[in-house]
Amino acid sequence: MNTKDNIKKLIIEKPLKLDCGQTINNFPLAYETYGSLNENKDNAILVFHALTGDQFVTGTNPITKKDGWWSYAVGPNKSIDTNKYFVICANVLGGCMGSFGPSHENPKTKMIYGTDFPVITINDMVNAQVNLLDFFGIKKLFSVVGGSMGGMQVLQFVSNFPNKAKTAIPIACTSSHSAQNIAFNELGRQAIAADHNWLDGKYTSKNTVPDKGLAVARMAAHITYLSKKGLQEKFGRKLQERDDLKFGFDADFQIESYLRYQGSVFVDRFDANSYLYITRAMDYFDLIKQFNGNLSNAFQNTKTKFFVISFTSDWLYPTQENKDIVIALNAIGANVGFVEIESDKGHDSFLLDVPDFLKALKNFLDKSFTEKI
Amino acid sequence: MKTEYKIIANIIEKNSNVLDVGCDDGTLMEFLKINKNTNIRGIEISKEKVQICIAKGLTVIEGNAEFDLKQFPNYSFDYVVLGQTLQAFINPEVVIKELLRVGKKAIVTIPNFGHWKVRLNLLSKGTMPITNSLPHSWYNTPNIHMCTIKDFVKFSEIIGFKIFKSLALRNKNISDINNSNLFIKNLFGELGIFLIGK
Repeated sequence: MNTKDNIKKLIIEKPLKLDCGQTINNFPLAYETYGSLNENKDNAILVFHALTGDQFVTGTNPITKKDGWWSYAVGPNKSIDTNKYFVICANVLGGCMGSFGPSHENPKTKMIYGTDFPVITINDMVNAQVNLLDFFGIKKLFSVVGGSMGGMQVLQFVSNFPNKAKTAIPIACTSSHSAQNIAFNELGRQAIAADHNWLDGKYTSKNTVPDKGLAVARMAAHITYLSKKGLQEKFGRKLQERDDLKFGFDADFQIESYLRYQGSVFVDRFDANSYLYITRAMDYFDLIKQFNGNLSNAFQNTKTKFFVISFTSDWLYPTQENKDIVIALNAIGANVGFVEIESDKGHDSFLLDVPDFLKALKNFLDKSFTEKI
Repeated sequence: MKTEYKIIANIIEKNSNVLDVGCDDGTLMEFLKINKNTNIRGIEISKEKVQICIAKGLTVIEGNAEFDLKQFPNYSFDYVVLGQTLQAFINPEVVIKELLRVGKKAIVTIPNFGHWKVRLNLLSKGTMPITNSLPHSWYNTPNIHMCTIKDFVKFSEIIGFKIFKSLALRNKNISDINNSNLFIKNLFGELGIFLIGK
C-alpha cells in the first residue's frame, strides 16, 4: 500500500454533491498522464477506465508491475498516439488506486469507510473528473474515450458537459445497464458478501481480505468478457497438465485453471469493497431514465462528434445496445459514426490486439484532430 | 471520378445536408465535402468500406438502408443519395418512401435494364443478360429488383413522387430525359439519374 503514496493526486477542494445526496469535498482523485499538452491545450484526451481498470493506461503499471490495461491502444505511435496527444486518466471515485474510495479512512470514525462509503454513480465519477480540466487549464478536450464502464462515462461526460469535448468515442457500452448486466454484477457482489472474511466490509480492521469471494466474482465476470467461440478455440476441453480426467474436483480442464488464475491475480490488486461500489455505479447507470425515457435529450445541446464502436461477439454490451446510442444521436442530427468490429474475443475485444478496432480508433482520432468541428 | 458522381455533385447545392445511402468507399462523400462544403453523412453495409471511410475522416454509420433509415427524423437532409442500389433491396418501394421521408429531395441512380445490349442479350441467347454493368449470373446477383428507366418513370406515377430532373448517361455523355425521347433514352441509356421529391 505504501507505494500508492507516490501516485499523482489532485485534491478536489470544491464540494461535490453526489447523486445519493451526500456532499464530499477535499477528496483525492488519483490520475496519470502520458504525452504532453501542446501550447494551444487542444490535444488532450481524457480516457475513462472500466470496472477493474485504473489510471495506469499504458507502460508499466508502477503498482502491479504489469503492462497498463490499454497498452495495445495507447502509447507512442499507437491508436491513441502519445507522441501527438496528451492522455489523462483518473482512477474513478470509489476505486482503489488512490482515488477517494471505500478503503480510505473515515475522518469521523478513524476507521476504514467500508460500506459506510457513499454510493457512487457514473455521474459522480465524471463530475469529479471534470476538475482535471481546470487543473490542466484545458477548456475543451480533443476527445473523451472509454470502453465498457469507460464508455458509460464518455456518454455521461458529454451529456453533462456538452461543450467540453470535440470528439467522443464510447466503445462496447450501453446507455442503460440491462437486467442481465445487473444480474452478473449481483452474482459478483454476493460472492464477496458470502466470503466469511468480508465482515460486512470491515475486513481491513481485522487484517483480513475476502479473497475467495472476490476471486469468484472475478471468475464469473471474466466469463462474461469472453465469447463462447473464443473460449472454445482457446481452451476447448483441453486438460491441465494431465493426460486424463482425475475424477475429482481439482482443475482438470485448462479453462478451470485459467479462471482460477484470473481470480487469484485479481485479488492481489483489487479491493473487494471497491468492486461492490463500482459494480453498483454501473447498475445504477441509466441515461435513458435520467432523461425521462428519451436518450436523445441527453445530447440535445452537444456539437461533439461521436464515434460509436461495438464488437460482433460482445454479448455483455451487444451491438444493438451500442446502436441504440447511434439511433438516439441521429434522431437529433448529431454528428455520429458507427462501426461494428468483427472479433471473436468478446467484450474484452477493446482491450486486446484487434487490428480492425485499433485501426478505426487511430484513423478517427487522427482525421478528427485536424478537422474543424 | 465516375461521371455519375460528377452529375450528382452538380445537382447538389453548396452547404447542404446530405446523406449518402450505400456510400461505398466514400468517394462521392469526400468530393461533396471538399467541393460543395456539404455536411455529409453516409450509411454503408460493408465493414471494409466503413473502415475506408473512417480513414478518410468521413462520418459513416455501418448499417443497412432497408432497416436503418428509420432512425432519421423527417426531412433531416436536403438531399439523400442512393447510387445504383435501389435494385438490390428486398423492398424498393419502402426504401424510396423512406428516402423521401428522410430527405427533402433524393437523387436516385439506376442501372438501366432497358438498355439495348441487355435486351439483345436476352433475345438472342434466351438466358438472363450478363453485361459489363451487370456482370452477375441470375443466381448470385445482388440485383433482385432490376428496372428500366421507363419503369422508374412509371414507378413515380404509381407511388406518387415527383421527378424534378431525369438524366441518361451513355458513354460518359449526359442527356435529359423527357416524354418525347423516353423510348430512345430507355434503349441507349446505361444509367438513369433522377432527382426526385414529394
